[in-house]
Amino acid sequence: MASTSTVTVPAPGKSAWDGGVSPMNASYGKLMMWFFLLSDAFTFSALLITYGLVRSSHPEYTGAVEDFVFSQAYWPIPEKVFEAVPFFHGLNAPLVFVGLMTFILIMSSVTMVLAVEAGHRMDKRAVEKWMLWTIIGGLTFLSCQAWEWSHFIHGTDGGSLLADGTKIFGANLSINQYGPPDFAAFFFFITGFHGFHVFSGVMLNFLIYYNTVTGVYERRGHYEMVEKVGLYWHFVDLVWVFVFTFFYLV
Amino acid sequence: MAHVEETPQVTVLPPDTAKIKKLWTVAGILGLVTLLEFAVAFLVPHEYKDLRVWTFILMTIVKAAYIVGEFMHLRYEAKVLLWSILIPMVFVVWMLVAFVYEGIQIGLVR
Repeated sequence: MASTSTVTVPAPGKSAWDGGVSPMNASYGKLMMWFFLLSDAFTFSALLITYGLVRSSHPEYTGAVEDFVFSQAYWPIPEKVFEAVPFFHGLNAPLVFVGLMTFILIMSSVTMVLAVEAGHRMDKRAVEKWMLWTIIGGLTFLSCQAWEWSHFIHGTDGGSLLADGTKIFGANLSINQYGPPDFAAFFFFITGFHGFHVFSGVMLNFLIYYNTVTGVYERRGHYEMVEKVGLYWHFVDLVWVFVFTFFYLV
Repeated sequence: MAHVEETPQVTVLPPDTAKIKKLWTVAGILGLVTLLEFAVAFLVPHEYKDLRVWTFILMTIVKAAYIVGEFMHLRYEAKVLLWSILIPMVFVVWMLVAFVYEGIQIGLVR
């Protein structure tokens, strides 16, 4: 680039969009990350909206909550499905584990934003420390999700009785003990797509951590890459907030 | 590549305590809202379905606003950027309303 001098006041009669200045006051990379995230938000919205369409087209369970049993005839109450916690077999703890996962992801978002703050101050040691915590948070979340998927696939002790008298346990893409087959399909697609984003996020975070340790950003003179990947990581947290509400709570 | 790189002279600034404190406050709010969501999930009976659903949606929007506004720093960006991100989401909200309504109608004729 020939000149990096900032021209903040456009010449008389010229708009900020005539060139020479950044009207959005953000670097190209940051801007493109924002627009990528917007398009990614459309993808997740499409998944969640389809969930809303299919769910609202199925009959609801109308009886008392205490008497709820799994059936193919109606959409299950989410808190009756997600009630197990690792190492506490048989304990009935609705939504506790998924609440823990939410907490872990929010905390890793906090450590990420602290890494960004340290980057602004050129504090290499602090960036390393907070990036490492963020990576640990991401890996913990992924491990929790692996356990949750495994539990969902293998099913509960009781299983579910079909109309023809056969008993099924757990869920896959064709049958599932919790409710209509669509329920399991959406579970796999939505949490799977989100989990894949978390996985990519951990990979990117590791890249940033590596580059910080080897001093790439210190030589470059700024830590803007931490900010860009930070945007992605916060987005992953943001999506989880919506998945948590629309899949687990509502 | 010839090794001509010098050790860069980097001045590390002290932590911005006011900013860090604010970030932890936001984290506290996010945790608190999540706890409130749990309280609603367990204390409000399933018979009040509409109340439950709308409270969850409201609290989700509060959490989303804090994450996007503070953590992703969108509140402090140029207003053009802020609206370029927020206005397209209006269509998503409309699509959600339209498709859930459609789903209810499909359920009625099935």
